[in-house]
Amino acid sequence: MKNKSQSSFSSKYWLIIISVVCVILLGIERFTDGGGPLRFIAGYTVIPMQEGISYVGRFMSDLSDNFETLDEMKKANEKLQSKVDELTTDNTRLRQEQYELERLRELYKLDENYSDYEKIGAHVIANNGSNWFATFTIDKGTLDGVKVDSNVLAGSGLVGIVTEVGPNYAQVRSIIDDASNVSAMMLSTSDTCMVRGDLELMSDGRLHFEKLPNNDNVVEPGEQVVTSHVSSRFLQGLFIGYVSDIDVDANNLTRSGYITPAVDFSKLQEVLVITTTKQEMTGGEDAGEGE
Amino acid sequence: MKRKLITLLIILVCFLLESSVFHRLSFASVKPNLLIVVTSSFGFMRGKKEGMFVGFSAGLLADLFWGNALGFNMLLYAVIGYMNGSFKRMFYDDDVKLPIVLIGASELVYGLSTYACVYMLQGDFAFFSYLFGIILPELVYTILVTLILYQIILHINKKLEAEEQRSASKFV
Repeated sequence: MKNKSQSSFSSKYWLIIISVVCVILLGIERFTDGGGPLRFIAGYTVIPMQEGISYVGRFMSDLSDNFETLDEMKKANEKLQSKVDELTTDNTRLRQEQYELERLRELYKLDENYSDYEKIGAHVIANNGSNWFATFTIDKGTLDGVKVDSNVLAGSGLVGIVTEVGPNYAQVRSIIDDASNVSAMMLSTSDTCMVRGDLELMSDGRLHFEKLPNNDNVVEPGEQVVTSHVSSRFLQGLFIGYVSDIDVDANNLTRSGYITPAVDFSKLQEVLVITTTKQEMTGGEDAGEGE
Repeated sequence: MKRKLITLLIILVCFLLESSVFHRLSFASVKPNLLIVVTSSFGFMRGKKEGMFVGFSAGLLADLFWGNALGFNMLLYAVIGYMNGSFKRMFYDDDVKLPIVLIGASELVYGLSTYACVYMLQGDFAFFSYLFGIILPELVYTILVTLILYQIILHINKKLEAEEQRSASKFV
């Protein structure tokens, strides 16, 4: 009996110690950023395992892709061929416009060219295991030139931003995460708005936008939304998605609605990381401004 | 020593599975919470202390890779492990009702406290949409996974216990 009460005392004792340690850690986290040595150790132990698993997973999905029937492949090929034709005509037209643009730029001496940022490819090696956040881990880190606040793309659309970086991995917060806020603008009218991730919309992969001025510019569903020129963290002109719904707010001053993102967030495998951050591009004077 | 290593291995495997495989197996974009199953079952199988340390390690992994602040999940999981440990006296190997009820309750506590500490404190009061969108679906899926995962953990624990008894009797 005595032994028993002793052991229950000691486990209570441990509980108190652990709670105090956790609270202290939370406090430290509040005043410093980054997890310090623990994150560093984890970067070298757990990350390689996640890389291994994701490699096996990729191998398996490649294998299952091989079993697609010839018929399906032919159909896909036909579709792609017509797409290629379409894109070729588009491309020639765009190239002509590009030349024109370059000439005009030279005339205006606008040397900032936003279209060719330096990018590196990365694999998504792990997703957030809890249902509360939409973050993921990629297999490139500081050694490859990824920095905190690097923008991440997949295909043509914006995926998210690097929030934490280690030597060989980086943590990316998707734009559909509840904590994500992106300053964006309508492509045709250049009106700025805020694009917010929302946990409720996360499951159907949609985004919410708000604070679009309610002026005379008509914005209709299907309008393209890109990152804005006033954003302090996102480079200008990255494609976010299409407006799917728009309504005038009750205050009659602003409009808000929903966006269908250009990226399918449920099937992310490869992403592109832009290694130049907006702070570097603008000279770093507005670093640390709000998100 | 062997027990510690195997326990750590179970936590690690569940953590890796959850962040890779179960992302693809998610129903209605909800994943089960394997770490809660592990923490809770070690709690009521092995007592307060071990439940607490298993929870602590599981929470550490979750905080390092999934969370925002180091310490929050550690504390939460450690307390959940400790709570489950106090049900050790009521636990019998062949009874599957108590484990399911306990794991379900732990999962509910985890969901509610995550909502309260992360979202409610940010001023997000859409409680019912979180309850029906995330907390309850996660609960149901976790319980479904428990039916399989719990049997595996139970089996491993039985083997370890038998081995410990054998080696203990050898040295008497």
